Amino acid sequence: MSATAFDAAAAARAWRPPPLISSPLLRYAVYLGALAYVVLGVATVEVNWARAAEGMGRAAGFLGGFFPPDFVSKGDDIFEGLMESLTMTVVSTALGIALSIPVALGASRNLAPLPIYLFCRGIIAVSRTFQEIIIAIVFVAMVGFGPLAGMLTLTFATVGFMAKLLAEDIEDIERAQAEAVRATGAGWFSWIAWSVLPQVKPRLIGLSAYRLDINFRESAVLGLVGAGGIGDTLNTAFDRYEFDTAAAVLLIIIAIVLVCEYTSGWIRRKVQ
Amino acid sequence: MPILERAGGMPEWKRRTTAQDMLVWTGWLAGVALAVACFQFISDRTIWAFVWDAPTQGADLVSRMFPPRWSYAEQLWKPLWDTINIATLGTLLAIVIGVPLAFLAAHNTTPSVLFVRPVVLFIIVASRSINSLIWALILVIILGPGVLAGILAIALRSIGFIAKLLYEAIEEIDPSQVEALRASGASNPQVLAWGMVPQVMPAFAGISVFRWDINIREATVLGLVGAGGIGMQLEASINTLAWPQVTMIFLLILGMVAVSEWLSARVRHAII
Repeated sequence: MSATAFDAAAAARAWRPPPLISSPLLRYAVYLGALAYVVLGVATVEVNWARAAEGMGRAAGFLGGFFPPDFVSKGDDIFEGLMESLTMTVVSTALGIALSIPVALGASRNLAPLPIYLFCRGIIAVSRTFQEIIIAIVFVAMVGFGPLAGMLTLTFATVGFMAKLLAEDIEDIERAQAEAVRATGAGWFSWIAWSVLPQVKPRLIGLSAYRLDINFRESAVLGLVGAGGIGDTLNTAFDRYEFDTAAAVLLIIIAIVLVCEYTSGWIRRKVQ
Repeated sequence: MPILERAGGMPEWKRRTTAQDMLVWTGWLAGVALAVACFQFISDRTIWAFVWDAPTQGADLVSRMFPPRWSYAEQLWKPLWDTINIATLGTLLAIVIGVPLAFLAAHNTTPSVLFVRPVVLFIIVASRSINSLIWALILVIILGPGVLAGILAIALRSIGFIAKLLYEAIEEIDPSQVEALRASGASNPQVLAWGMVPQVMPAFAGISVFRWDINIREATVLGLVGAGGIGMQLEASINTLAWPQVTMIFLLILGMVAVSEWLSARVRHAII
């Protein structure tokens, strides 16, 4: 065996990392498709560069309007919006969780018969498809402007979110425990309370904390369509070119989101 | 588990002591009281006459929404394409910026825990806490209405999301593989490319597809503030009370979200 032949063989056997998509045909089809899409997508994006350039010049002045943030002159409006957002968050989270538990039980294939399963899955699908803002538009049209529309929107969104994730957890429970409780002659409610609930409780608490966090974030934008909350204050501030007030509102939102996130992260670490 | 002695000398098993029981009940009472107080606050700001009217309003709305105006679909293909572009190009841009940020933020890859990491973490938090709709509101003022503002709004919101989840994944990698590479004399870039990247690749693909799926939904409403996509048509139709057109838009959104959800579920199943 000559040295060169040995090298060639070694090079052929050299290790390469396995590609992410193992079938070469599919791999190149995906690469090509992605490239074609990006080219086509970028090409069809209509950008008014003149307007953008003009805006860039004004951006400095506009962003300069944000400083210093003004918490005081519209203090009452900010406080009112904040209270609306916070109350909306609390009520919709509490109500949403309470409603999501029966839906989650119904959407678990191991607990519910097929018709109930399909019905509950349908509720989840509708609630998850539409962005909160779109649901808010419908609720505002039905119950009028104000925080009630926002509360109903967030409740509806919470039900879909919680029920879907909780149902996934319920479907994964340990069957042995459930059977053991059932074997003692427990009725349906005792069975749920003592075999299913304890198994999904950490996840239920973790998800609730997470959803509280999401609901506050969302409550900050629902005001854009008239559903109350601090988004209303923010939108008004933008409409009146009071950018210093808008900056104050944005800072408050960031601060509260941070507090919510740390709290919910802490709760989740505690229970899991 | 405490045992309470009963008068008859028979032990009674209880889950909690009386004091613990009281504490749990007080906690529930406080929670319910808070929710009720919050609801009271919302209720004070609600014109209940409009709410009692809601079933009639709802029925009226539904009757005006059906049948959908099918012919309107012809005008919606371009906005739909724009919506998909906003979500996809925005996600791509967020990946390009978010991935380096993730490596700068992760404890085990950051060049400086003292200086770089806190700055990057602040960028991530600021990006995450402001909803894409608010980003869009600001960008539309600077860049003018259009798809570009939408793409950038989606990107700005997604950067934090992708970077946060990715840096958590990077921090959780198996260090033994990295050590093995170091022991073989690999340089820092080589360790990154062969020891870390392959380990976070599945997480990265999952996160990106997950965010893309969320962005499709978010892109449908960005038009409400003028940032392009199908939301512009939605806004126009609602403002002119053209409810049959609104139904048509809802149906298209429903279809698009169903397809994107199916696609992202397929991709995630294939990877994980």
